[in-house]
Amino acid sequence: MAPPNRGATEPAERRELLSAGDVARTVARMAHQVIERTALGAADASPVVLLGIPTRGAPIATRLADRIADFSGVTVPTGVLDVTLYRDDLRRKPTRPLGATALPKTGIDDHLVILVDDVLYSGRTIRAALDALRDVGRPRAVQLAVLVDRGHRELPIRADYVGKNVPTSRTEEVHVLLTEIDDRDAVVLDRRDP
Amino acid sequence: MKHLLATEGMGAATATAVLDTAAQLKQTLLGREVRKLPTLRGRTVITMFYENSTRTRVSFEIAGKWMSADVVNVSSGGSSVGKGESLRDTAQTLAAAGADCVIIRHPASGAAHRLAEWLKDTGTSVVNAGDGMHEHPTQALLDAATLRERLGDLENKRVGIVGDVLHSRVARSNVHLLTTLGARVVLVAPPTLLPTHVDRWPVTVSHTIDAELPTLDAVMMLRVQAERMHGGFFPSAREYSIAYGMNERRLNLLPDDAVVLHPGPMLRGMEISAAVADSPRAAIIQQVSNGVHVRMAVLYHLLAHEEEVA
Repeated sequence: MAPPNRGATEPAERRELLSAGDVARTVARMAHQVIERTALGAADASPVVLLGIPTRGAPIATRLADRIADFSGVTVPTGVLDVTLYRDDLRRKPTRPLGATALPKTGIDDHLVILVDDVLYSGRTIRAALDALRDVGRPRAVQLAVLVDRGHRELPIRADYVGKNVPTSRTEEVHVLLTEIDDRDAVVLDRRDP
Repeated sequence: MKHLLATEGMGAATATAVLDTAAQLKQTLLGREVRKLPTLRGRTVITMFYENSTRTRVSFEIAGKWMSADVVNVSSGGSSVGKGESLRDTAQTLAAAGADCVIIRHPASGAAHRLAEWLKDTGTSVVNAGDGMHEHPTQALLDAATLRERLGDLENKRVGIVGDVLHSRVARSNVHLLTTLGARVVLVAPPTLLPTHVDRWPVTVSHTIDAELPTLDAVMMLRVQAERMHGGFFPSAREYSIAYGMNERRLNLLPDDAVVLHPGPMLRGMEISAAVADSPRAAIIQQVSNGVHVRMAVLYHLLAHEEEVA
């Protein structure tokens, strides 16, 4: 998860990677991939649950579920899973505020859980999410959907659905902006002077 | 946050952050079979209780354990305190033994502050779990958490605090916290049970409970602290109960959605009647369960961040 207060100071250089239209098309494409990979609606398919990771994974999960319903007619339950309490870097940063956790009424036991986040970077957020999942139930399987994969993994984790792969350097920042939280939809790449 | 010693001087932003964390923790744990979070794994929390307590000590212990901290309980009986060891030596011993956080209840006002001074070079956090007649900040935080659940935002809400204000650290902590959060506090007590400098507190004072009840959003009944009373503060228990006790007649004077709080332990028939204590308007059990979440939140804000330069 990228830091929540993005753009607190002006970056030296900002480049737009995805426009609002690109974000919408990317989410739509990911919805088609989810329908195909999970055989959604088929008689023998496992029920699917989308769990967004706060802050920006949550609205992406909701949008993904909306597109899935548009394309397949299947309503996929969504929820929110905050992973702050499971992070391994709490003692390296100032106090992090906790996000909301709200699981769908169906629970997650024996479901195919798809974790949804905005940016996949070190993989540590997803590691925390897997630990958090273990405490709330036993899914049949877990998959991962991210809008942007920017590389630099520090753990053996990969995404099952990727909106866009972006090669980055560690000094750059990738920010996903969403109208639910920010003023517009976009994905931007910021470069800061050292 | 390095220590939690008092609500006096605590900023609204800090108080709100702790209360928000407590609410999220409650939501996170709701309906879970496994109520255990790995957040404070490997951290050591020591409770030092030099005064009797059921709910505070137990809820701190549960809070620590639900966050996966190792919790060690020290009581004055059964420890070297009984052999005459000073508070300072005991505290330094516990810090040297590896305590990341020391939670202290002590009959002397200011004990937690002294402890924080003595431990300032050790990195150990101190939580005041009640010091004499001074403060009990986690009680005020759990009261505020309960009021937020029942009433929403506390801005301009009217909260009455009734009874033995003089001896009450709960009242003192609540006065400061609730006014910081925007509530208006009315103290209702006989003149003998009000502190001398109450005119400097950000409150209004009344001696007649019946006149205040119709305009209150919440009323907090205080325990009459006989153990701290040496002399006649009121003529008799019966007379106190008639003048300041919460009973069914007075419950009906409150607005319909007003809440009755009591920090416990209750003296049923003294400051609160059994009928009121067990009514759905009373939030006394809700206060206790919120106490665990609030204390988890306090431990989170004290222990789950990078080292602060004190």
